[in-house]
Formats: sequence, structure tokens, C-alpha cells
Amino acid sequence: MSRSLRFLPVAVVLILIAAFVWRLANPPDSTVPSRMVGRAVPAFQLADAVPTMPGFTSAELATGKPRLVNLFASWCVPCIAEAPVLKDLKRRGVAIDGIAIRDRPDDVAMFLQKNGNPFQRIGSDPTSRVQIALGTAGVPESFVVDGRGVIRHQHIGPIAPGEVPTILAELEKAR
Amino acid sequence: MTAEAGLAALWLAAALSLLGLVLSVLHYRGTLDADRSVRAVAIVHGALCLFAFAMLLVVFARTDLSVALVAENSHSAKPFIYKVAGAWGNHEGSMLLWVTVLGLSGAALAAFSRQLTSRTLVAALGAQAALALGFHGFLLFASNPFARLNPAAPEGRGLNPLLQDPGLAFHPPTLYLGYVGLSVAFSLAVGAMLTGQVDRILARAMRPWVLGAWIFLTLGITAGSYWAYYELGWGGWWFWDPVENASLMPWLAATALLHSVSVLAARNGLKAWTMMLAVIAFSMSMVGTFLVRSGILTSVHSFAVDPTRGAFLLLLLGIYVTAAFVLFAVRAGSLREGAPFEIVSREAGIVANNLILTVILGIVFIGTLYPLMVEAVAGEKLSVGAPYFNAVAGPLAIILGVLLTVGPLLSWRHESRPVLRKLRIPVFIAAIALAIAFFALPQASILSKLGLALAAGLLPAALIPLLRRNPFRAPLATWGMAIAHAGAAVAIAGMAADSAMTIERLTAAKPGERVEVGPWLVEFVGVTPAAGPNWTAIEAELRATRGGGVHVMKPQTRFFTDPPTETNEAAIDTVLCGQLYTVIGRPDEDGRWQLRLWWKPMVTLIWLGGALIALGGLFAFAGHARRAWRRRAMA
Repeated sequence: MSRSLRFLPVAVVLILIAAFVWRLANPPDSTVPSRMVGRAVPAFQLADAVPTMPGFTSAELATGKPRLVNLFASWCVPCIAEAPVLKDLKRRGVAIDGIAIRDRPDDVAMFLQKNGNPFQRIGSDPTSRVQIALGTAGVPESFVVDGRGVIRHQHIGPIAPGEVPTILAELEKAR
Repeated sequence: MTAEAGLAALWLAAALSLLGLVLSVLHYRGTLDADRSVRAVAIVHGALCLFAFAMLLVVFARTDLSVALVAENSHSAKPFIYKVAGAWGNHEGSMLLWVTVLGLSGAALAAFSRQLTSRTLVAALGAQAALALGFHGFLLFASNPFARLNPAAPEGRGLNPLLQDPGLAFHPPTLYLGYVGLSVAFSLAVGAMLTGQVDRILARAMRPWVLGAWIFLTLGITAGSYWAYYELGWGGWWFWDPVENASLMPWLAATALLHSVSVLAARNGLKAWTMMLAVIAFSMSMVGTFLVRSGILTSVHSFAVDPTRGAFLLLLLGIYVTAAFVLFAVRAGSLREGAPFEIVSREAGIVANNLILTVILGIVFIGTLYPLMVEAVAGEKLSVGAPYFNAVAGPLAIILGVLLTVGPLLSWRHESRPVLRKLRIPVFIAAIALAIAFFALPQASILSKLGLALAAGLLPAALIPLLRRNPFRAPLATWGMAIAHAGAAVAIAGMAADSAMTIERLTAAKPGERVEVGPWLVEFVGVTPAAGPNWTAIEAELRATRGGGVHVMKPQTRFFTDPPTETNEAAIDTVLCGQLYTVIGRPDEDGRWQLRLWWKPMVTLIWLGGALIALGGLFAFAGHARRAWRRRAMA
């Protein structure tokens, strides 16, 4: 073993310690901004979640106009609370696409029947693959995607009635 | 007075570790023959640490609310066993446990080591005393477990309800025994590098410590994995959480060290490499302790963050680890390697094993610390998740498993026999398993199919070393190796089966509805309230059938009052071929309840395999202990 190689572990240790010192001096900020904002939607192809409605691909999100992409699930209770807000957004002319996370067609159909259907298309993500690619941790979450297919805003958790103006403003900015 | 007695014992122990350090330096420099006094100091030091820890157990058992630590972390209504476990379920107590194990290990080294030269042993005890001194300083100045509260609190403030669980009460101490057991391997390596006596005698002295620490780490990680599996309520058994990784990294290093120290003991080879692994293994333990105790990485193990403590621990870590690696860099060049070996030999197999384990260690290390590094350098925030670790570490684990089938069959130094012929039957079994996996599990990932095939071949291959002679006359250490390697096969089978065959069903159901998951039909009977000593709960009743009898399962959502917390208690039904895992969530307005159901074939094999690996370690430990005993009796 050459002499310089033998000092390699020492160098690694010193770098590590420097990083730890930096972290102790700059305590972590618990709010995690999405890395996806400002980037194109990751490529995906989603089959239909219910037979009566089409699925969609990431390429089909670039329609020239901003859209809202909503991740939901029939097994997700906060999604039920969010459903009327999505309907309200639809009434105001927002184009909404849904992604059903880890769900089954029958359950999704039942969910839509009970809580209304604000979606134009619903893709099925049975293994959370797209969910992970989008960098989300839970359901529901919503993304504002502009006309070129670039994510402009991420909303974590259900959209509350009071947050509708924020979403509309973000959609307007993305125009 | 109990708390004061404990505190006094700690101060005395700190003074003794300083004395031990000074005496061993004088002995090393030849100024003084301090062999006997250094040993005596180490033994008394261990006893004092144990006394202080016993005092902490007493104040917790009595729920003495005039001690600040008890008031913050205990409660008079808590079950007795968790009152006692509460002693180490918090920062200060767990650090005292850490130091106690360190002190006891030093005492055991001083009391039982006979073969080592006096110079190496005293240098190692000096290193151990230096470690103890730093951590005593940490306890006394930054984490005093015995601080009083005046006036005493009227009632305690509880214990994290997630920790109120038999598995978890014993999970941290087990891991600590492993972490700190590695400190002896570290100190022996430092001592031997100082005196230049890196040889077979050192390896024989080091091996029981590595083996013992490795057994505890294996048990601790296995238990922690099962705890996360049933307590976190998402059916996963490993989350690549930073704190989980903090326990995995020392294990990986210890596993590599365990194998390389055997080469040193048997063939007097791999000297520098073994010394480096001994330093790495304990360094990883200290990094792990630092990560957990400083709370600098976000994790499910949320402990209070205190920058002073973090800085103190980092200072200790920096001094010890840097000093050891500098010593290695200066001395490694002068170590003369033993007998050479050829490319096909057991040594070469173990070198390959070591390299792969080290690369996996590097992958986990980078994945755990990469977000921190990127944020420090580029200011960008990101997280590294399971997909990275699985994709990168998975294939390497498969290669390691393949190596595991061949390695133990090779001879030392030079292999001339056609070894692969012995593996005909295992290879045949693996091929059939692979064919079945491709046919029956088309949707499973290629990695999990390979894993199933590997496990099927590795299990019989692991037993081949026993077949040479009458298996019952084979050395205990050979039995240990066979059992541990078979355990690895069993665990791999469980992991691969879990990823290939798990069926998940997330749904909302009304009482009376039936839900299908895999071969099971689960009827949701209804929910009832339930209560325990310090919690209330909503309990669901589920009746699961698959043709035969009915399995009644009662998952709960528990609400703890003090501090107010909500946890999911999964109901898990274990049958011969797997586990049905059920969780009850929240209700909606129409009276439908969120149900999470999983059918997990063969999943129990993961932890059964972990237990077998530890059992194999125990056999090897007993074997080496018996041989050492005989050697001493003859001498």
C-alpha cells in the first residue's frame, strides 16, 4: 500500500467531520421544498384507473394550458374532504387530471360515484412508481403543470377551501 | 441519596480512567512497570460504571420524581417493566449504558486476557481508558443522568409510547452491546499498531470480542427490523432510515472484520486490512451513536436535538477516529504480511467477501450522508430513498451470496481439488428454483427471482462443510459457520419472497363487508373501544379465512394520553407459510373505515434467518472458547 493511499481514510474522516460541523452550525430546516418545481414532469405512462375514463402519459400533460394534477386514492380519507374543493376548482374552469395511487378499478369507481368526479383523465399508479418519481410522500398532493409540461407548484396535503385562491393564482402564473 | 451515589461513582470512574490512561502511557514508554495496576484500575473502573448504572435503574424503578431525568421520561402509571426500560430509553440513560458497557468490556479484557504481551495489552487498555475518559466527560458535563429537580415534579411526563413495547425495551441495549463490544477490537488494534505486534495471538484475542459484538449487532438489527415491521404499520421490514443505516454500517464492517480476523488467526495474513477494519467498525459505531444522539439527520427515530451535545460527541468522534486512522497510516506500512496465497484459495475468497462487504458499506455510507454533503456544498436539499439502496446494494448482496456458496469449501493458501463438483446439487436446486420463479412469479423483479434461486442453492451448499466427516464430530466453529451461512440463505429467501409475493390491499370498508387479499377472505365485523393502563384505543375485529378455520384479528389505533400520541397497532396472524398483516385507520363520515391488509408469504424467514445467523455466531463463539480453554489447560 502506498503512503498516500494509507492517508486516504484520514482524509475521508476529516471531510466527514467538516460536514458534521457544518450541519451542527446550520441546523436542518424541516420544510422540504420540492425538487420538482421548475422541472419537467418525469416521463410516465399511466393506464386508465377506471374503464370509463382514459389514462394519460406525461407527454399529454403539455397541452399548451396549465393543468392541475391531483394524486388521490379511494382508501385515503383526507381525499374525501378534498373532493368538494376539486369540484369547485373544476367549476371555475380548471382542467384536473387524477392519479390513483395503489388503488383498484372498483374502488376508484365507487369513490368517484360517492364523492363526485372532477377529473378529465385518471391514470392508475398501482405500485407508487410515479408517486415516487414525483417526489411525494403521501396522498393527496397536487401539482400545477404549465402548458409545456413543467411543474410550477406543489401542494402537499388536501387543498382546503381557503387555499383555492392560492391554487388559482399559481395556475394563472403558469399561463 | 441513590442519585448522588451514582453521580459520585461516575466521577470516581472518570478519575480512574484518567489514571489508567496515564499509567498505560508510562508503561508503554518503559518508565514504569504498570501492568498489574493498569489491569486493576480497569477492573475497578468497570465495577464503578456498573454501580452507577444500577443506581439509575433504582431511581427509575422507584419513579423518583425528584430526579429530572425520571420526571421527564417516566410516569407512575407505567407498567413496571417499562419503568425500568425507561432508564435507557432516553439520551442520558442510554449514554450511561454506553459507558457502562465500555467499562465492563475494558474490565473483562483486563481480567481474562492471558496470551497478549504485556506491552500490547496495556496499550490496548490505555486506548480503552482514553475512550472512557472522553465519554465520562460527555456524561458529567453535557448529559448528567442524575441531575436533581427541586421541587420534585408532581407526576412524570411519560415515555414515547412507540417505545412502550417489549421488543424495543431490549433493542437499544442489544445494539449498544454490539457497538461498544467493537470498542475492544478498536483498542486492541490501536494497542497492537502502537507496539507493532500484529500477529496470530492478537487475532485470537480479538476474535471473541468481534464475534460477541457481531452476535449482539445481528440480534439488535433483527429485532429492530421486526419492531419497525409491526409497529410502524406499513408492512415494511427495512426503511433505509438513517438510524437503521447507522446500525447496519457497523454490522457490515464487523462481518468483514470477523472473516479477516480468522485469516489473521489461521494464516497470519491480511494484517493491515484487519487493523483497518477494526478501526472502521468502531468508528462506524461512534458515527452511528453521533447520528442518533445529535439528531442531525431526519429520521423516524426522533430524539431531542441539542447542539451542545452534538458538538461534544463530534469532538470525541473526531479525536478518536482521526487519531486511529493517522496511527494506521503511519504504521500500516511496517506490517509484514504472512504467508502468500493464490487466486483460488480460502484467503482469496475472504478477501473478495471483505471487498464486497466494504463496497456495500460504502454504498450505505454514501447514501446516508450524501444529502448532508450536497446541502453543505451546493445548498440543495434532496433525500436518498429505498430505490437507490435496493438497486445498488441488492445486486452486490446477490454476488456476495454466490461467493458464500463457494468460499467455505476452499482450502487455505492453494486449492487444487475440483471444488465446483461438490456444488452440483446446490446449483441444480438453484436452477430449478429459478425456473419455478420465472414460471410462477412473472411479475416479480429479476432481483427477487435471483434471490429466491440463490437462497435455494445456498441453503444446501452452506451445509456441505459439515458433510466431510461425521457431522457431530465436526468442530463447533464449523457448525457455527454452517448455521450462520444457512441463516443468510433463509433471510435472503424471506427478503426475496417478501418483495416478489406480497399482496397489498388498501381499502375503506363498512362493518359487515368482506375484503379479499390473496388467498384470504377478510370479514370486517366492526369496531369497539378498548383500554390499557395508559392508553385508549379503537379496536377492529376482523375474521380472516382461507378455506379452513377462522382467524380472528384485532388491529388497534391507540391513543396515549401522556404525551398525547396516536399509534397503529397492527394485528399480525402468523401461519406456516406467511403472515397476514392488518391495520385499521380512520373512519369517514359514512362509517367506512380505512383498512390496510397485506398477505406476506414467507416473510417470517427474514427474522428467522437473522436469528439463525446469530445462533451460528454463538456456536462459533463456544467453539473458539473451548479451544482456547484447552490450549490454556495444556500450557
